[in-house]
Amino acid sequence: MELQDKLLSSYIAFEDNVDVNSDVHEIRSKAFQNFEKVGFPSKKLEAWKYTSLNSVLKQDYSLFPDEVEAIELADVKKYFIHEIDTYKVIFINGKYSSFLSQTTHDQYDVCLMSSALTSQKYKPVIEKYFNKIAKQDNLTSLNTAFATEGAYINIPKNTEVKKPIQIINFTTGAQTATMVQPRNLVVVGENAHVQIIERHQSLTDNAVLTNSVTEIFADTAATVDYYKIQDDKVTASLVDNTYAEQQSKSVVSVHTFSFGGNITRNNLNFFQKGEYIDSILKGITISEGKQHIDHHTLVHHITPNCESHQDYKGIYNDRSTAVFNGKVIVEKEAQKTNAYQQNNNVLLSDRATVNAKPQLEIFADDVKCSHGCTIGQLDEDALFYMQQRGIPKKEGKALLMFAFANTVLESVKIPEVKQRITKIIAEKLGVKIGFDL
Amino acid sequence: MLKIENLKAEINGKAILKGLNIEVKAGEVHAIMGPNGAGKSTLANVIAGKEEYEVTGGSIELNNEDISELAPEERAHNGVFLSFQYPVEIPGVSVTNFIKTAINETRKAKGLEDMPAKDMLKMIREKSELLEIDRKFLSRSLNEGFSGGEKKRNEIFQMAMLEPKLAILDETDSGLDIDALRIVANGVNKLKSKDNAVIVITHYQRLLDYIVPDFVHVLHDGKIVKTGDASLALELEAKGYDWIKQELV
Repeated sequence: MELQDKLLSSYIAFEDNVDVNSDVHEIRSKAFQNFEKVGFPSKKLEAWKYTSLNSVLKQDYSLFPDEVEAIELADVKKYFIHEIDTYKVIFINGKYSSFLSQTTHDQYDVCLMSSALTSQKYKPVIEKYFNKIAKQDNLTSLNTAFATEGAYINIPKNTEVKKPIQIINFTTGAQTATMVQPRNLVVVGENAHVQIIERHQSLTDNAVLTNSVTEIFADTAATVDYYKIQDDKVTASLVDNTYAEQQSKSVVSVHTFSFGGNITRNNLNFFQKGEYIDSILKGITISEGKQHIDHHTLVHHITPNCESHQDYKGIYNDRSTAVFNGKVIVEKEAQKTNAYQQNNNVLLSDRATVNAKPQLEIFADDVKCSHGCTIGQLDEDALFYMQQRGIPKKEGKALLMFAFANTVLESVKIPEVKQRITKIIAEKLGVKIGFDL
Repeated sequence: MLKIENLKAEINGKAILKGLNIEVKAGEVHAIMGPNGAGKSTLANVIAGKEEYEVTGGSIELNNEDISELAPEERAHNGVFLSFQYPVEIPGVSVTNFIKTAINETRKAKGLEDMPAKDMLKMIREKSELLEIDRKFLSRSLNEGFSGGEKKRNEIFQMAMLEPKLAILDETDSGLDIDALRIVANGVNKLKSKDNAVIVITHYQRLLDYIVPDFVHVLHDGKIVKTGDASLALELEAKGYDWIKQELV
C-alpha cells in the first residue's frame, strides 16, 4: 500500500486512541482533510523542485510502533550533550521515555505534549498557541493530523530557564521501518530566556522517516536559542518544519547543523509581529555519499524596525546534493527593516550539486536588504600556502573548512554544544579535533 | 645545502625551466634576478613543491637528499620556506593560530610534542618585536585586509617563527615602502646564520642594498645565464637586462 493510503486508512484506528470530541481533535481532523486533499509534496511544487521524497515514501513504515523498547543509557549517552546538566524530554519511537527524561513543572513547564493536549490545566495555552502558526500545507498538515506527542515547553515571563533543554527522538524499530511525527510547542513569556537542543537519532539500520513540527512563540523581549543537531544514520530521513513567531524586542535564533541522514529537509519559518525584533537563522551543512540536504527558510518582515540575520555554510562531497532556498518578505509596513542573508557553498567533488536560491520580495522602500550567495571550490592556492608552512593537505583542508564555517560556530552560545559540533565536523573531515581559529 | 642540477619544469605543457643549475651553501645569500617571465617565481614554486608544476628533468637536493618527489609540507618540514610574492588570505584563521598550527604540525612530523603554550607565546613576542609587528595584528585573520607591507612583514614573521634552513624570498620587496623594506630586510639579516641560507628573488637592486648577497644570478629563459657578486646587481640596475641577452646571442 502507498504510504499516503496507509496513513489515510489508519486514521480510524488512530481516532480510537484520542479524545475525538476535543477542540484539539477538531484541529487534527481539519488537518487530516487537508492532507487527504493535497497529499505528499511532489517535484511539481516549486518549493519541492529539487527535493524528491519518492524514494523515502516507498518504504513500508510502521506508523504506530507499540512497543517501547528499552534503551540502555550507556548505549545512547553519546547522543546527549552529557557534559552539562540539562532538562531532557526524550522519546523512543514517538513514545515518552520517563527513564531517560528529566522534566519539570517547578517554575516552568518542560514536559509532554500528550499531557498538555489532554489536561484541562494547559487548555488556555493550547487554545492560544497550538497550530496557530504552523502552515496548512502538506507535511505540516500530516503532522497536525496525527499530533499527540512531543515536547511541551512553557516559560512564564521574567524567567530564565536554569539549564538547557534537550529534546531527543530515538527510533529503534528492529523489525520494520518506522515513521514518527513529533510535535513540539515552545511558548516563551515576556523577558524569559530558554535554550533548546534538539536531535533525531535512529538506532536501527531500518529506514526511518521523521516528520517533525515545532512551533515557537517568543513574547516581548524573550530570548530563544534553538540548536538542531542533525547527524542521523544514512537510513534516516527527516522533514523538520519549524515555525517561530516573535513579538517586539525578542531575539530568536535557530542553528541547524546538518551532517548526517539520508534526505533532510528543513522548513524554517519566522514571522515578526512587533518592532525591534531580531531573527537569527544559521546553519552548517556537510554532506557526503548520496545525502541530500535541503534548507528552505522564510523570514516574514511584517512590522517596522526589525532585523534578520541568515548565515548558511555548506560543504558538499561525493555525489551529495543540497538546496538552499532563502526567502525574505518585507511587507510595505515593515520600513527600516535590516535583512541580511549569506549563503556560501563549497563543492569538494565534481559530482556534488547545490541549488542555491536567494529570494527577496520587498514591498517597503526604506529598508536594508543584503544577500550574498557563493558557490566555489576549496582554494587550492590557500592549501598550497598552508602546506608550504608545514600543514599537511588533509589538515589544511580541514582548517580551511573550519574557518569557512566559523561564522556560524562562533555564535553558538552553549560551549559544550559548540565543542560537540566541532568534534562532529572534525570526525567528518578525518582530522583530530580542535583547531584554534 | 641546496643543489639543483639541470632542472626542467613545465606548467600546462609549457616549458619554463630549461636546465637550471644552482648550488647554495649554508651561510650564503644568493640573489636571483631576471626579466619578467624568465622563470623566477616558477623556480621558487618548484623548490617548494607546488603541484601545478611538473618537474620533467633534473634534481633538487636539500642537504644531499632529493626532495623533488616530496609533498610541499614534507619539504617545509625539511626546512624549506617560501615567502610568497602574493601571500594568500585565509579568512577566519588568526595569524597566531595559523603559526601555532604550522609549528605544531612541523613538530608532529618530527615526532615531537606540541610546543608548550608558554614557549610559543614567548617566541611570538620575541619575533613580532623583531619585525616591529603590532600585537593586535596577530589576532587578525591571516592576511585578510592586510596592506602589501603587512603581508610581507607577516611572511617574514612566519619565517622567523619556523626557523627554516633554506628561505626563498619571492619578490619580498614588491609593494613595500622604504620603511617596511628596511624592517623586513633587517628581520631577514637578523635571522641569517652560518647554518641557514637565503635565496632572494627580485627585480630590483633596491632590496640588495639591505640584504647583501654573496652571489647574484641572472635567470633568463629558464636558465641561469650569468653569475657574479653583489656588483652584478648594480650593473643590472644601471644597464638593464638587454646586454645580457645580447651576450647570449
